[in-house]
This record gives sequence, structure tokens and C-alpha cells, in this order.
Amino acid sequence: MRTEIRIGGFGGQGVGLAGNIVGKAISIFDGREAVMTQAYGPEARGGASSANIVASDRPIDYPFVQHPDILIALSQEAYTKFRPEAKPDALILIDNGLVTPLEDDRPYGIPATRLAEELGRRIVTNMVMLGFFTAVTAAVSREAMEEAIKSSVKEKFIDLNLKAFATGFEHAKEKV
Amino acid sequence: MNDARVRTGKYFMHGDHACAEGALAAGCNFFAGYPITPSTEVAEHLAYRLPKVGGTFIQMEDELASMAAIIGASAAGARSMTATSGPGLSLMMENLGLAVMLETPCVIIDIQRGSPSTGLPTMAGQSDVMQAQWGSHGDYEIVAYAPSSPQETFDLTVLAFNVADRFRTPVILLGDEVIGHMMERVEIPAADEIVLWDRKRPKSSPGNNGDYKAFLPDEDDLVPAMAHAGEGYRVHFTGLTHDELGYPAMDADTHHKLVTRLVEKIRRNADEIIRTEEIYLDDAEIVVISYGCTARSARRAVREAREQGIKVGMLRLISIWPFPEKQITSLGEQAKAFIVAEMNLGQISREVERFVSQPVTGVHHAGGAMIPPEPILEEIANCQRSIANG
Repeated sequence: MRTEIRIGGFGGQGVGLAGNIVGKAISIFDGREAVMTQAYGPEARGGASSANIVASDRPIDYPFVQHPDILIALSQEAYTKFRPEAKPDALILIDNGLVTPLEDDRPYGIPATRLAEELGRRIVTNMVMLGFFTAVTAAVSREAMEEAIKSSVKEKFIDLNLKAFATGFEHAKEKV
Repeated sequence: MNDARVRTGKYFMHGDHACAEGALAAGCNFFAGYPITPSTEVAEHLAYRLPKVGGTFIQMEDELASMAAIIGASAAGARSMTATSGPGLSLMMENLGLAVMLETPCVIIDIQRGSPSTGLPTMAGQSDVMQAQWGSHGDYEIVAYAPSSPQETFDLTVLAFNVADRFRTPVILLGDEVIGHMMERVEIPAADEIVLWDRKRPKSSPGNNGDYKAFLPDEDDLVPAMAHAGEGYRVHFTGLTHDELGYPAMDADTHHKLVTRLVEKIRRNADEIIRTEEIYLDDAEIVVISYGCTARSARRAVREAREQGIKVGMLRLISIWPFPEKQITSLGEQAKAFIVAEMNLGQISREVERFVSQPVTGVHHAGGAMIPPEPILEEIANCQRSIANG
């Protein structure tokens, strides 16, 4: 089955790295297929940027995300821009400290930025969100995600990133 | 990732980086280029990687000089390459002809973007197909490969170096922005599993030059052995029409003989160079021909049409040049219609028309956005209706 995932946020929130980790976890450590594409060029600088992953059990032909089954919105602008393109019944995950959803939308929320700040580093907001995403969606295994994180960040930051990931994961278990 | 020349392992890798890693795995030890979107990541990655494995990376002043530098490096024995996109490829054309005439192996990476002119720097195109073959003046045959995935970008970059050395010819990798900028799994084999083809070298020693003639071809494959600058052989290189010693020979007979050989060298060895993939072709009445990123959409369209019971198959061109005319001609004996899907306004469509008598329709787009599966599926259904209505 083909699953389309979009991670949206503003520049500096680590959207690209998050997408890279999801794609790597699925295609290298879960043994399935994944393709990642990113908006590219001057039009993708500033404002709402995104990383797009297609996951499947079969080789992937068309590589672009058209109508996300899963949307992760790390900023209001990303939510506003990308929510209409996602499937009406898509799984929506937001940083509920930063994003106010539409009235009739029922997203899964986590205060990812605040939780990351409590860990001492706001830069790991994306990892908190990835932990939350992994627990809520089951689109990829926790073990694969942890392996992907370990092989994607500098060695001295592995523990911090895994801790942030676990924080997001546990938050989902407790609150959702 | 480690600093070994061959980074054996499984990676979630960018297409342009897979190209750079393929070059390293193939033994590339010289890169000269001028960065241009969407090929910049090839140069960027090699700038970081090449010096660590003893290679040379030079950022040149422009694409004319880049092409000249890789010809010079190759003449001195290097496995050399450059990377560019359409506007840069245009500037390389004069010296591409020189590489053909001097029979200097080299690899030119062209990550295609929307063209002509500056076009769409950050968006995909497939419209350099005819330029790859005909962009430089004069008669010649080029070799060009078009990958459909980052994995194939790795594999075909290795092949490009091998074919370049084996046949003493420039080889172009016709990538596109979609494949260059997407990430997918790439498996890099162990170093000893990567097959490298050797350049044909002089049999006599350099001392008195023996019977070595730099442009005397072997009868069977029309490829002359290549001495390298600095080895002590006496050689003469010129873009002028030359005899077997490499000296200018300004007469019609020598010219006809030389240019015919340069063309025949590729045509006669086409079976060794050409690569295609066949999907559901056995009983196909409708044949879809596609390549590069567009072939990914074509594959889905063909599969969905098959699920609807339509007898359709696909010939994916992995090599574009030399054109697989024998295969297309033989498909012409079974098919009732051909569809060519490509992100240009009919460059390969016209080529297919030369070899079949059936109608050839195109699913064409000038570039900027990858052709999705839907219009290809629609055209398959149109062809099916035409066939049903006789």
C-alpha cells in the first residue's frame, strides 16, 4: 500500500532532516520502499517548507506526494498551506503550541517545541515530533526510526536526539 | 559514512550523490566543472570526496574550460568527468566534438532542467536528448544513458566510465532534476564486485615507439590503443582531420575514412553499449516507450492498463544513444500502436517514427513538472479504442 507523508514547517525546524530520517528508517531499516522529495529552489526558502515521503511495500513509481495520508505541521503557515492538499481523512499531527487547527479538524497535537525546550534544546523539536509520529501512525517501526536517527546525527548528539524521540513517543502513549 | 573510495553499504541517497559515488566507485580521479543547478550536488559531493581518495577536483572558470580540462586529464590517463545542466552542456559542445575527434574517453553528467536557455533552473526537463547526439558540429555517434532512479544513477555512472574507456569515446549521462534531487535506497556493492573495463593500451614499449600508431584501430572493434601523455610515446593530437599517426591530413579520402570509422566504432559495437528494460512486451499490442523519470510514471500507467485487460507493454530506454533501432524495428512487427512519453515536445517520438510504420503518439510536456501516470494511461486507453474500432 502506498502512503504519502508530508512534513511541513518553517526553515530551521529540521524538516529536511526529519524527512530524511523517516525515509531512511523505512527503506533501510524496515526493508520497505521509500522515496523522499523536497521543495527546491528560491521559492522553497523561507515560508512553509516541506519534506515529502512516499512509502510502500512495492517499488515506488511516481515519486511525488500529491495528497498526503499523513501530514505533520510544525508551524501555522505549514498547516494552513498544506492541510487543504492532504486527504480529508488524513492523519494530521501538529505542534499544538504553535498551530491552531481549523474548527472542524481533529488533529493529534503535541507541544513539541515546548517539550524540546524542556530537554534543553529547541533544535530537537523535530525529533520529539518524529517520536510522536511513530507512536501515533505506526507507519514505521520504533527500532527502525532509532537506527535511522543514530546514523543521521553527529555521535555526540545521538543521546539527546534519542531522548527527544522517546519523549514524543511516550507523550503519544500517555495522551492519545 | 566513511572515506573509502567505494562506500559499500545500503544508503538512503540523493540521486546526484549516487552519481558522485558511482564515479568514485568507477575509479574517477579527476573532476573539472562549473556548478549549475540541478547538478551542483554532484560537484559539491566530489569536491568533498575526491581529494580524500587521492583524486583531483577543480572548479573551472566556465564549462568550455571544464570540458577541455577533462579531455587533457584523460589524455594523461585519468578517468575524468564533469557535471552540468543544459546551459553548460551547450557551452561544452565545441570541446565535446574535440573529445570525439581525439577519441578521448570522458564522462559528462547532464542533469536536465527546463530549457531552452536559462529555462527553469530548479525544475526538471528531458529536452537535451537531441543536443546530446547532435549538439556539436559534424558527423559522430554519441553514447548516452538515462537513469530512472538514484540506484540506476550509480550503476550507469559506473557503466559510463567503462564504455568511455572501452570505446575511447565521450559518454553522456542524461539525468534529470527529478531523479537527481530525489532520495531513495542505493546499494553500493563491495569494491571487488564492481566490474571495471580497461582502456586498450599500446602493446609495444614506448622506447622507439615500435609500431605504435595512436590512431590505428584494431580491425574488429575499430578502437585504437591509447598511450598516455608522459609515458614516452610520440603522439600527436589535433582536432584537424588526421592520419593514423595523428598528423593533419587535409584530404577527402582520409577525412571520409576517419569520420566513417568514428561513427562505425559506435554503431558496430552498439549491442555492447545499448541497455533496455522490457515490461509486459511478450503479447503487447500497444508499446509505451519512455526513459528517465518519466519511465516511472509510464510503468504505473502500463501496470494499471494491464489490470484493465489492455495488452500494453513498455520498452524503457536505459541507453538513449546509440538508438536501439533493432529492438524498435522488431517491436514494429508485433505492435499496433506506439506511445512515447517524454518531458519534451517529441524528440524520441520522431526517432521512433523512423523505424516503425504504425502510428506513434506522444505524451509530451515541455518540462517543469514530471508527467504523472494519468495522461499516459489516458493515451493507452485512446490507442486501445482506436485498435478496437479498427
